[in-house]
Amino acid sequence: MSRVGISREIGQSRWHAWWVNGGLLLLAVISLAPLAWMLSVSFMPSGQASQFPPPLLPAHTTLANYQALFARTGMGNNFINSLLVSVGITLGSLLFNTLAGYAFAKLRFACRERLFQMLLAALVIPAQVAMLPLFLLMKQMGLVNTFGGVVIPALASVFGIFLVRQYARSIPDELLEAARIDGASEARIFFQIVLPMLKPVLVTLAIFTFMGAWNDFMWPLIVLTDQEHYTLPVALASLSREHIMDVEMMMAGAVVTVLPVLLLFLVLQRYYIQGLLLGSVKG
Amino acid sequence: MKRGSLAGWVFAAPALIVIGVFFGLPVLSALALSLTDFDLYALADPHSLRFNGLGNYIDLLQTPMFWKSLGNTAYFVVAGVPLSIAVSLGAALLLNAPAARFKALFRTALFAPVVTTLVAVAVIWRYLFHTRYGLVNWGLGQIGINPIDWLGDPNWAMPTIIGFAVWKNFGYNMVIFLAGLQAIPKDLYEAARIDGASRWQQFLHITLPMLGPVLLVVGVITVSGYFQLFAEPYVMTRGDPLQSTVSVLYFMFEEGFKWWNLGRASAVAFLLFLIILAVTTLMLRFGKRRELV
Repeated sequence: MSRVGISREIGQSRWHAWWVNGGLLLLAVISLAPLAWMLSVSFMPSGQASQFPPPLLPAHTTLANYQALFARTGMGNNFINSLLVSVGITLGSLLFNTLAGYAFAKLRFACRERLFQMLLAALVIPAQVAMLPLFLLMKQMGLVNTFGGVVIPALASVFGIFLVRQYARSIPDELLEAARIDGASEARIFFQIVLPMLKPVLVTLAIFTFMGAWNDFMWPLIVLTDQEHYTLPVALASLSREHIMDVEMMMAGAVVTVLPVLLLFLVLQRYYIQGLLLGSVKG
Repeated sequence: MKRGSLAGWVFAAPALIVIGVFFGLPVLSALALSLTDFDLYALADPHSLRFNGLGNYIDLLQTPMFWKSLGNTAYFVVAGVPLSIAVSLGAALLLNAPAARFKALFRTALFAPVVTTLVAVAVIWRYLFHTRYGLVNWGLGQIGINPIDWLGDPNWAMPTIIGFAVWKNFGYNMVIFLAGLQAIPKDLYEAARIDGASRWQQFLHITLPMLGPVLLVVGVITVSGYFQLFAEPYVMTRGDPLQSTVSVLYFMFEEGFKWWNLGRASAVAFLLFLIILAVTTLMLRFGKRRELV
């Protein structure tokens, strides 16, 4: 290749590198700008955001919006509700899904394959189809407007069972057989041998479940009927109706809602992405 | 073996009971409910409940608002899914390019909107797209474009919601595409380069065909997810302006939990389910045929 050709090639690939990184930077700015704006406005003195031109940074930083939020709207209460509901769902469904996922992977029982096929087939049915009768069922059981109404239907999920089953299949049968020959009970095998081996997938499932429960909107909106019991998303949706003019306080509310899951993701994103990829294989 | 069988049932039972009682049973009841005239009166006194046959379904097909909501949802799916997949694929290609720097950092940044709470970021968007004080109109004003009434103009409300949904979701499919791209053998590109194929030709003749199965799966999952549009219009527009953002699920929610026509609302849910099933089945069949050729 001639000298001119080589330098043109280098010039082109440098151009290309600019395009690639410029594109990525643009996408990153678009992705993060709304979140950065939310954070900035939440520290602005009341009324500053409703000016023209819209300011990007607080005139002076203040925590007044957060104080007003917790004092006037009961968001602190909703935060605790969200935490209780999400932790309850996470712990409960972790236990149920792990037990079932392990059973479907390693224990033989009647109708096992057919049951699993049915579970997978159920994935095509949108959750909303069940919501109307589920509400009537909850009413019968006296669970409307209780945390139980949110937590109990979420105590098991096909996705969770599937995820655990995929992972548990790699546990060697010889190991379980050896423990059985030694006289260990099935419960002991599960808690002392299987559970420690499933740790990575349990972390993944826990993050997925917690985030899903924290962000869930439609079902809590239906089953929780008063402000006292609202989870954060439901409370925020209802507050944003009343306090639409109060931009700074609403953004403080958005920060309180988004920050916990965002931080959780940042800390544990390796497990989260793994779960996403494992789960998407199901299609 | 006997012992294993019993243990299997005992281990699987709690999860199966929860799914059976709180999902299986309600789905079957929804089918039954959709064949009745279950309404506010039946809620108070179940004896006033009457079997209605396909009455609800026939009635719905003659309700303009149902068709309107179906049209709005179809608009959201038809415009939103290709756009979202294109952005996801573009972002994945950029992240996968050898020239890209700080890949882990960029990936995290682009993925961040996915894990945020939909309601909270929808509230943010409502302010960013505010006609008078919104940053978006201010930015457009800087380059000489007149303010647009994003969420108040019937022609703009749905495009704004589509933009929001794409922003919120593209990172999810991006990560799946990225894994797909990384699985394509590098020597395919090497061979193509030696043959003098341009980047665009490499994309058309190597990347796209190799990514085919992933694209199909992602397409099916995204379509079925986009059909279930609800929270975005609920928070951003309440279905307005001029009902241009009422989605099928929003319509179902209002029928069911505002007017308590649970029979009718169940019929809406089932119709939506059938539509999703039909569209995704068609997509899968089309994809299979294309791959077999």
